[in-house]
Amino acid sequence: MEGLEAESRRATAVGPRPLLTVEALTKVYPGGQRALDDVTLAVERPEVVAIIGSSGAGKSTLIRCINRLVEPTAGHIRLGELDLVGLSRRELRRARRRIGMIFQEFNLVERLTVMENVLSGRLGSVGFFASLVRRFPPQDITGAYGLLDRVGLAGYQDTRADALSGGQRQRVGIARALMQNPDLLLVDEPTASLDPKTARQIMRLIRELATERHRPALVNIHDVALAQAFSDRVIGLKSGQVVFDGPPTALTPAVLTDIYGEEDWSQTIRRSDDDEAPP
Amino acid sequence: MTAAAYPNTWRPPAFFGSRRRQRLVITGFVLYFVWSIFDLNVDVERVLAGLSRALDIFARMVPPDFARWELLLTGMAESLQMALAATLAGVLLSVPLGLAAARNLAPRPLYLAARGFIVLGRTLHEIIIAIFFVKLFGFGPVAGLLTLAFASGIFLGKMLAEDIENTRLGPVEAVRATGAGFGQTVVYSIVPQVLARTVGVIIYRLDANVRHSTVIGIVGAGGIGQTLSASFSRYDYDFSLAILLCIIALVALGEWFSDWVRRKLR
Ligand SMILES: Nc1ncnc2c1ncn2[C@@H]1O[C@H](COP(=O)(O)OP(=O)(O)OP(=O)(O)O)[C@@H](O)[C@H]1O
Ligand SMILES: [Mg+2]
Repeated sequence: MEGLEAESRRATAVGPRPLLTVEALTKVYPGGQRALDDVTLAVERPEVVAIIGSSGAGKSTLIRCINRLVEPTAGHIRLGELDLVGLSRRELRRARRRIGMIFQEFNLVERLTVMENVLSGRLGSVGFFASLVRRFPPQDITGAYGLLDRVGLAGYQDTRADALSGGQRQRVGIARALMQNPDLLLVDEPTASLDPKTARQIMRLIRELATERHRPALVNIHDVALAQAFSDRVIGLKSGQVVFDGPPTALTPAVLTDIYGEEDWSQTIRRSDDDEAPP
Repeated sequence: MTAAAYPNTWRPPAFFGSRRRQRLVITGFVLYFVWSIFDLNVDVERVLAGLSRALDIFARMVPPDFARWELLLTGMAESLQMALAATLAGVLLSVPLGLAAARNLAPRPLYLAARGFIVLGRTLHEIIIAIFFVKLFGFGPVAGLLTLAFASGIFLGKMLAEDIENTRLGPVEAVRATGAGFGQTVVYSIVPQVLARTVGVIIYRLDANVRHSTVIGIVGAGGIGQTLSASFSRYDYDFSLAILLCIIALVALGEWFSDWVRRKLR
């Protein structure tokens, strides 16, 4: 934990962390679907950005283009000064260390222990043989224990991932992503496999961690109320295009109709007297 | 509701389209079987003569003759060593082969080449490979070892490739997304998913190799099979029985061991 804190202090001392710009990003899948169509956006502050849009709007594609799990067709993605499009394999691996990702299906390796799953966040920085025999640097181990404690899983280090509940698995997924000490967090539907209460807890945790560490987070989310409750900014995608970009308070029925289509939105939109204002 | 409106019989749908066609196909098959037996000239007299000869040979087999136990022991040890070494060599061969033959891991051309190699390798039975290797390397256990190593490598490689193809992609992507290299991605996301089953398959193959090793000796590839084949051709039937009993014991032991290990793994 100490190492990580020291590093974030150093970062703030040097100046603001490099943030994200996406320019004219387009993705056409081999099948011909234009999943992203000239998307441009910039994240200039460490803020939580919720990306909303109906199924198939291109939310996952956008997020997965940023760490190039999906290869963009055209456009640029800059993390600070670095253009992620057109990096060689080796350079891409280096860049990916700076981007943490959290998944809907948690994507833990079920037969490995919680500790191994969390430590796998350090693989980009540890040599092959060291990782093969699970010899991680002491500061990584300390960091992993600290993160487990932070996400509420202290004492679970030796439990196998397949013995955890959904909410606990997502906490491990969050710890794994933060283990990278990333400059940016990508989060794809973190709560879609969870019950409403756990979903709120997980969203709150993601938000708190992003705030604590002064890192931006891009969060794909289906639940408009959750997006409003836990984000600083909302981006609406429709058919691969950005149709809304503004604060959560600006999400009016008219805007939601624009993003999702005609529907009665009065029950969905969060009223100002709702519980749990963002911390 | 009136029950009369609905039929009161129901038969499962016919497998070959209509019931009439089904009857035709089945009758055809039965006739073909009967005809093939006649066509092969399965001569009843010859079968009977063979049976009486079997009784004769069997009578000369008992009691089994363990006098040349040293020869027996050497053969058995050779077979066992052959099986063990071949399994080990097969595992070493199967890892790169399995990785290359996994559709979700290997680049297309490498995948096709590896699959082709596996298909080709599997069309050749161990005995045929053994005959070939005996021609190349002469009589003895070296040919047997290479035969079993080759066959095991292909078998294990195929099983491994299929297991890798069945792994969940999500964890693989998650590990890749941390910036892990190819080797690390394999070690941290694929190995944990396939390890338990792969060890089970390796143990199964070890057991199979013990059985195969007793057979391929017959074409001269060393081991207890070669001793057995020699004893038969010398009409040394009581020694043959001793060898057979030992083979049965060895194979049973191998099977018991393989069962035991796989039960432990579960
Ligand atoms: N691997 C793929 N190959 C081909 N087309 C794809 C692929 N992945 C996504 N698409 C297509 O791209 C479009 C956008 O998909 P994407 O998964 O980004 O949507 P999404 O907004 O994340 O949807 P959801 O809310 O359902 O997760 C869809 O039309 C989809 O069919
Ligand atoms: Mg999606």
